[in-house]
Amino acid sequence: MSHLELISYIVVCALATFATRVVPFAALGKQAEHPLVLHLGRYLPPAVMLVLVIYALREFRPLEGGQLNVAANGLPMLLAALVVTILHVWRRNALLSIVIGTGCYMLMVQLGWSQG
Amino acid sequence: MRTPNSRRVSEESVIPTGTWGSAATRTLPVMFGYLPLGAAFGILAIEIGVPWWGALLMSLLIYAGAGQFLAVALMAAGAGLLEVAVATLMLNSRHVFYGLSLLKRFQGAGKGKPYLIFALTDETYSLLTSQPAEERHDHSMALRISALNHLWWILGSLGGAMLSTAIDFDSRGIEFALTALFIVLTLEQARRLRQGLPFIIALFAGFGALLLVPDQHMLLAAIGATCLILLLHYRWSKSDARGSSV
Repeated sequence: MSHLELISYIVVCALATFATRVVPFAALGKQAEHPLVLHLGRYLPPAVMLVLVIYALREFRPLEGGQLNVAANGLPMLLAALVVTILHVWRRNALLSIVIGTGCYMLMVQLGWSQG
Repeated sequence: MRTPNSRRVSEESVIPTGTWGSAATRTLPVMFGYLPLGAAFGILAIEIGVPWWGALLMSLLIYAGAGQFLAVALMAAGAGLLEVAVATLMLNSRHVFYGLSLLKRFQGAGKGKPYLIFALTDETYSLLTSQPAEERHDHSMALRISALNHLWWILGSLGGAMLSTAIDFDSRGIEFALTALFIVLTLEQARRLRQGLPFIIALFAGFGALLLVPDQHMLLAAIGATCLILLLHYRWSKSDARGSSV
């Protein structure tokens, strides 16, 4: 792939990505005060956040294929997610919850629990 | 210029605006996620034959995690420009919904607005919509958060591309920081909103999409469905209010 080809490839990807981000602003920028837009502004972010959690944890698929769990990192992932949740409800320190939860996950994965 | 009546408002805007330091603290969890993920991207790009500056350019100009992995995968498969454009549009179309809920928020962001829109990744969206209410009109804080997240991503991919063979730190699993971030932000959103509705909708849409939609389209389907249900809920609650007032 020549340099020119590579650069045009990158520019096309960049434009396509930016397009998905700019469309609502370009199309509805003047409707920012519309009650429907405000409704979405209020309820969409918390809903999206939970969807992202579900998405991030989707490797954990209990009962799939008749087994308790077939995904390699499923159980450590769920356990670490529980650690984060409990820690955060308890101490409400975002960084603490994230660092400890991630540490637990890394430990479990690196010690090979994921094969179990 | 200000009348006494506007003092309350002006005092609000005088609340010390965040510094780079506090913005950096806010983006730390994203850093833990973006550095290794960016490095993974950089390593993959080099393996596929993209020069280091190409990987850097991609992280600088495209700035989309999954989108960049897809781009190099398609590049390796010899896909054409049209194919990669369509695939990128499809993969990132969930961002349309993010913008919808930030229309009002980004109003008056001035010169920084195009950058805020450009840099709107899943993680930046999560951090910006979780900012405390009194900070919402502080666009400089939003810009700092966006720029720092972008920087972590660039540094990660550059590091991966330049040092792909030299790294010997066992960082397996560190990307869980992003999952943890999403969990923490969900809890914070729930605490602030004190309403079950969006979370019930998200559970419904999320698990529905998990069961019914192939994995590569799951996220878009779930977020699209969430938006659609919120739309229906809006129409329903509006007609309900009208009905009861008659």
